[in-house]
Amino acid sequence: MRRRYLAAGALALASLAAPFSARAQQPVEIQFWHGLNQPLGGMLEQLATDFNATQNQYKVVPSFRGSYAETVVSAIAAFRSNSAPHIVQMFEVGTGTMINAGRAIKPLHEIIAETGVAIDPKDFIGPVAGYYAAADGRMMAMPFNSSTSITYYNRDMFQRAGLDPNAFPATWQGVEEAARKLKAAGVACPMTTSWPSWIMVEQVLAIHNVPLASRSNGFEGLNTELNLANPILTRHLTNLANWQKEGLFRYGGRDTAAEALFPTGECAISFMSSGSQARVRREARFNWGVAMLPYYEGVAGAPRNSIIGGAALWTMNRGPNGQRSREELRGVAEFFRYISSPAVMAKWHQDTGYVPITRSAYEATKAAGYYQQNPGADVPIEQMLRGGDPTPNTRGIRLGGFIEIRNIIQEEMEKTFQGQQTPEQALQNANTRGNQVLRNFERTNRNN
Amino acid sequence: MQKKVIFRGRLLPIALLAPQLAVTFVFFFWPAGQAIYQSLLREDAFGLSREFVGLENFQEVLSDPTWLNAALNTVVFSGCVAALALGLALFLAVQADKSLRGATVYRSLLIWPYAVAPAVAAVLWLFLFQPEVGMIGRGLRAVGIPWDYRLNGTHAMVLVVIAAVWKQLAYNFIFFLAGLQSIPASVLEAAAIDGARPARRFWTIIFPLLSPTTFFLLVVNLTYAFFETFGIIHALTNGGPAKATETLIYKVYVDGVENLNLGQSAAQSVILMIIVIALTAIQFRAVEKKVHY
Repeated sequence: MRRRYLAAGALALASLAAPFSARAQQPVEIQFWHGLNQPLGGMLEQLATDFNATQNQYKVVPSFRGSYAETVVSAIAAFRSNSAPHIVQMFEVGTGTMINAGRAIKPLHEIIAETGVAIDPKDFIGPVAGYYAAADGRMMAMPFNSSTSITYYNRDMFQRAGLDPNAFPATWQGVEEAARKLKAAGVACPMTTSWPSWIMVEQVLAIHNVPLASRSNGFEGLNTELNLANPILTRHLTNLANWQKEGLFRYGGRDTAAEALFPTGECAISFMSSGSQARVRREARFNWGVAMLPYYEGVAGAPRNSIIGGAALWTMNRGPNGQRSREELRGVAEFFRYISSPAVMAKWHQDTGYVPITRSAYEATKAAGYYQQNPGADVPIEQMLRGGDPTPNTRGIRLGGFIEIRNIIQEEMEKTFQGQQTPEQALQNANTRGNQVLRNFERTNRNN
Repeated sequence: MQKKVIFRGRLLPIALLAPQLAVTFVFFFWPAGQAIYQSLLREDAFGLSREFVGLENFQEVLSDPTWLNAALNTVVFSGCVAALALGLALFLAVQADKSLRGATVYRSLLIWPYAVAPAVAAVLWLFLFQPEVGMIGRGLRAVGIPWDYRLNGTHAMVLVVIAAVWKQLAYNFIFFLAGLQSIPASVLEAAAIDGARPARRFWTIIFPLLSPTTFFLLVVNLTYAFFETFGIIHALTNGGPAKATETLIYKVYVDGVENLNLGQSAAQSVILMIIVIALTAIQFRAVEKKVHY
């Protein structure tokens, strides 16, 4: 009995002492808005909790704000009312919008220079760093959860169709043949894709080293024009439309809508984000494998590296007239340093299926034997390093209003698959409509 | 017969009206004013640079083929939703008004869908109509209909109309049922004695006496189809495929929130406001004359 009283007394004392020490040193709060739902969101928030536990000067407060698009909109609205978060997670298509946001953002290279926190931009993997760097190569945002798109295929169905379940065809010619055999073997849906614009347009162009837009995909300025009506895309979209008619390809909707077709065993081949591996692992009741995205044999210079998707962390100023204090920037920088440290980044990569954004995290994962135990886990990163250093066509895409352009591309693709227009018309229409978006963006962002 | 309350001073009536006026001002006039102001500007998403462009946004919106497409979709969608929701609700209400065993249960069940949030309603229909996993979707495919709302614009429109109608059915049902129950039984009995068959009784007595309810519901349903179906479209089709289900309100969202083109989005919402004001005015002036109160 007496012991219980003692314990209670000790607890009471401890709870008295806790606020006392907190008052002695109030940590600087860093607001962090993100757009990852469960289970990824929980893993992300755990990173913040772990970071807070390593020190007591700063406290990162993560908060889920809905989808990526909703997160961006709420951050912009907050900025306009002078209450923007310190860090906002922004998906890769919004990069052009953010980079041209002028004093709304605080570039990463400035933060590193002003705080002196040791973050080494040279450690970032090429295509990751390139996507978030200014034209002169200086980093604008902190890369974080980067993915790329890869091929998923159903090994059981391959076996049934008399195909080698351990070797996915490297070229589109080979994929076409395989799809035909799968169909002959009674597979209702040989092939589908998620993210139609990202995977069937943007990736196809990067892998064949063809620009999506002039001025190095927009990296060199706002006066850029789309280059969608080009031979390789015309060829690819024509193929997709023909394959669809022949029953080899099924259009499964925009964004991730087609994702369910693969783990349910409906489609034998699917092109999806590398970040979808966790879902496939959990849901698929068959043998499956991953492989790199195919390319067209005979195209000079192909295959090159694929480009990234996913999101990066942007540091925002408080409002049109509100700067961040030195302490706040230091807190942001320390958090960035923590999440990109080899051990933390390697764990994040292994838990989530996102690519490791630093070479050191990649090496650490490799050294730990992770890729040997999990065959295929290194496909995304290997694909991103394919063909050497990124070229101006494979560095990434830096277009203002790209969210809108991507939807335009998807709409015109849908009209083609509906049989309303030819692939040539689709690409021409998307080009014209997309250029209009680029001109609007150029006009409103000239002075930022 | 009208009762008139006469206040002696001016202060008390103003004070009593103030809360309502304040709500109207804060939630209607102020945002509407903001929208009109925004529609004359062109600015970047962050509001760091702005340019006064006069009516240029309106000019661009009205000559934009995608806006005209959205306007056409809205006409088709609202027309279908209002007609089907009113028609079905009236049919169900007439059936539920009969003396049946367990009529209360039947009525309660019909009222339930109204309590479901639009997004949830959309997901329910998604589960039914999804071509690969949905029960009805698979069934349609099994009988040889190539059902695929993700690629076929007509299918997508049918799906959003069904979901929107189902959601609104309960509301209409309650009002029609109340309307039916307030029709004096003696009138109907008199007609029956005179030899009027049920169909004739319905069209010559019940339907005209229900017309105030029908008129009210027509206004409510059109407003519903214009504005409140956003959640359903957002969750089911995102306005696609290829803009086949993009209505005016959905386009306001896409351009303003997704594409961050605030000026044009504001211009669209101002146009939408004008359309709805005009529509309501026409309804009250033209249709009301023919309504028997």
